[in-house]
Parts: sequence; C-alpha cells; structure tokens
Amino acid sequence: MSPVEKASVPTKRKSLLPSLDVELTERCNNDCVHCCINRPAGDRRARRRELTAAQLDRVFAQAAQLGCLTVRLTGGEPLLRGDFPEIYLAARRRGLTVRLLTNGCLLTPALAKLLEAVPPLQPVELTAYGRDRRSYERVTRVPGSFAAFQSGLGLLAEHRVPFRLKGVLFRGTVGGRRGFEAWATKLSGVRPELTLLLDLRHRRDSVARNRAIALRRPTPRQVARTTCADPLFRRQMKLFPGRYMGPQGGRLFTCSAGYSVCLDAYGRLQPCLLLRKKELTYDLGAGTLRDALTRFFPAALAVEARGRAFLARCAQCGLKGFCHQCPARAFIENGKLDKPVEYWCAVAHEQARLLGWRSGPGSLPRLRPGPRAD
Amino acid sequence: MKTAMDKVYKPSDDVVAREIDGEIILVPLAAGMGDLEDELYTLNPTGAAVWRMLNGERSLGSIAAALAKKHRAAPATVRRDILGLVGELSRRRMVTEAG
Repeated sequence: MSPVEKASVPTKRKSLLPSLDVELTERCNNDCVHCCINRPAGDRRARRRELTAAQLDRVFAQAAQLGCLTVRLTGGEPLLRGDFPEIYLAARRRGLTVRLLTNGCLLTPALAKLLEAVPPLQPVELTAYGRDRRSYERVTRVPGSFAAFQSGLGLLAEHRVPFRLKGVLFRGTVGGRRGFEAWATKLSGVRPELTLLLDLRHRRDSVARNRAIALRRPTPRQVARTTCADPLFRRQMKLFPGRYMGPQGGRLFTCSAGYSVCLDAYGRLQPCLLLRKKELTYDLGAGTLRDALTRFFPAALAVEARGRAFLARCAQCGLKGFCHQCPARAFIENGKLDKPVEYWCAVAHEQARLLGWRSGPGSLPRLRPGPRAD
Repeated sequence: MKTAMDKVYKPSDDVVAREIDGEIILVPLAAGMGDLEDELYTLNPTGAAVWRMLNGERSLGSIAAALAKKHRAAPATVRRDILGLVGELSRRRMVTEAG
C-alpha cells in the first residue's frame, strides 16, 4: 500500500469547523428578480464596509487552525471584488480548498489563468439563469449579461478549470427542466444542481422584492411533482424520513446552524448562510472563530420554541424529513424563529402525499409508507 | 559520492501540509500535482512520521536511523520505505531536494 493516499473532501475527520461560508460582498453586477441578497454593484457604502483582504486572511488562518478544509466564497458576486485574486490566494495558501460561487460574468483571462495555475480543488459553481439570451436576461435584468456569462463559461473551459452549472426553476419555467439539464450536462460534463426552492430576502429588506420572489416561486405542487420525479429523491425519501426523522419537539435548531457558519461581508459571523437575526450574530472583529463556535453559538442557539402554532404543528409533525422549514426560513418569512411557514409546509405535505406517506389523525402524520398516490 | 540516503529534502512551496485530527493532509497549491485537479493527499502513520522530519536539514539516512531506533525496525526496511515515500512525494512535486 502506498504511504501517500488520496484524501476526501468532505472529510470524516473531527474538526470544530469543517467548512466556512464567506460572503465577500453583498453587491452584484446582476439584478436578478429572485435574488435573496443582492445590492447594486455600485453601492459605495456597502463597498467601504467590506472586510479587506488582510482581514479575510486572518479569518482564513483562524479557520485553518480549527481544522477547516473548505471555504465557500460567495456573495453577492465575489468577482466584483477587485482584490479577489489576493483573497483567493490567501485562502489557498492557508491550505483551504475553495468553493467559488459566481455568475461567471466577470471572469477575465487573468482570473481563469489563476484558477488554472492554482486550482480551487473544488469545481467552480456557476449559476446559469437560462440557456439563451432572452430567458437569461429576463432573470438578470442586465442587457449583455448573457454574452458575459458565455464568455466566462468559455474561459473556464479553455483553461480546463472544472466547473458545475447551477440553475433556477421558476413557476413559469419548471417545464423546461429537462432541456436545461441536458444543455448544462453537455457543457460541464456533470448534472446541474437545480434550485426550485426560492427563499425570500434573507435580510427582510424589501417588501416589493419579496412580493416579486413569491410570485415566481414554483407552486408546492410543481415542487413536489418535479422533485418526486427524480428516482434518487424518491428512493431516499421512501427510506429517510421513516428511519431517521420524527417530530422535532420544541427544540428549534436541529440543523448544523452554529457549526456550519457564515461570515458576512462586514465581519459578522452568522449561524448559517440564511439567518440574519441580530441577536444571533457574532462580531468577529471583537472575538475569535473559536469563541464563536465553542461559547457563543451553542448558548445562543439553545432555544426552545414558544409559538403556539409551531408547538401545535411543527413540533409534532412527522414530516420533518421532507420539510425545509427551519428557524432561519421562519425568520425570513415571518420575523419569528418559531412561526410555521405555510409555503414550506405545503411543499412538504405535497411531497409526502405524492410519495404515499399517510397522515395520521389530527396534526400528526404517521410515517408509514402506503401505495404511491400517483 | 553522495548516495540517495545522503540527500536532504524539504516540503515544496507548491503544497500546504495541514494536520487535522492527528492526520497530515497535503493540499496542493499548484496544478498538476495529483492525478485529478481536485485531489488532496494524506499520509499513513509511517509517511507522516517521515514528513515531520523532512525539514531541509536532516538527511534521509539520519531520518531512517532515527525511525529504525524508535520503532525497533530493521534499518534496511525503513530505508526502503523512506526511499519509496520520498520518490512518490518527489514525483508529485510535494518535496524538493534542499541545498
């Protein structure tokens, strides 16, 4: 046996921080109709407040010390940062692999060369908002963005930088899923990751934008039919909810929040990528990652639900394995951590119905697989 | 004449060695070090012990002697293992000859 063996990411090694999400900016060159975070590219105030490359390097050093192996660089659009190469190299020099989430429009030959010479060790994740100019720019609302995206795509291919395409399906475009999948698979060599589950604005900063997102969300029936048509999803969900999931009770945070944390563009550590509640935020400028992970988050997230509706429904619901409801999504939609989100509830119940899970009496569904309803 | 065991090696600038949960993980910085572009490497316990001593000062012979003594192993076996490991690390540009 060779003394040098291939290692895997993700890893089973025990570490305090397996991976770290970092939002380099909240700004974006696109203005996507469904986006849950973006600010205008030219927002100077936001730009002035963003962490510098040197500050980010200190965070990467701390993360590496805690055993972190992967950092996800996201935004906004991370390539809007003029110092992106410096930030990227800082992460790589700390021994971190990089998951870069980008729309690809701002990729230049120099950046593509950098990614070729110093590979991120994870495929670049490139979001494709459509496979032609009309559909793409209907989402991004920026003329010329499709051509820029195509140019970025071409640069990654030319420089042999592995990438994976991601797509978004809207209420009016769910029907085009198969065509999109075929197109994206042909371009990248791997099946694209498709998002059907659109979140409202994480920062609860625009009623008008939230309304626009809600209008574009696939209906619960569309989500259920699309996800349940996937043989892998069907197989997993036949087994997973019954074996491993039951009613969650009154404990709110049953996820990886506070463990798989997110650093926002201004140096505030959030329990996860979604949740932006001030009281659950840690100022990394005045502390350390270790302190946040070992002291602050465990205490801050050890909260029990008090909301009547949550206790009567979610706390007792056996469909937790299907449900995307979480404290972050409840906060995004309702301003409270423990108030059920009707949309996610409807999605979970529709999926369960399609897969033949039967509800028991009252509000407590029983996880007994019955014959498939469809 | 300098033999293979007289040579001194050090970690290459093109790799970052991480120690996580007691395990050494080699994270390539430059392209073309692995068979695929997304590969990391780990060392078995013997490899990890050797890696920790590849500091650009000790010869392979000195490392072999120290490990043979510590583990009460046959010197010839240890020398063979070390040459195999360093050969592979060298092929992958993870170590360079010092001086």
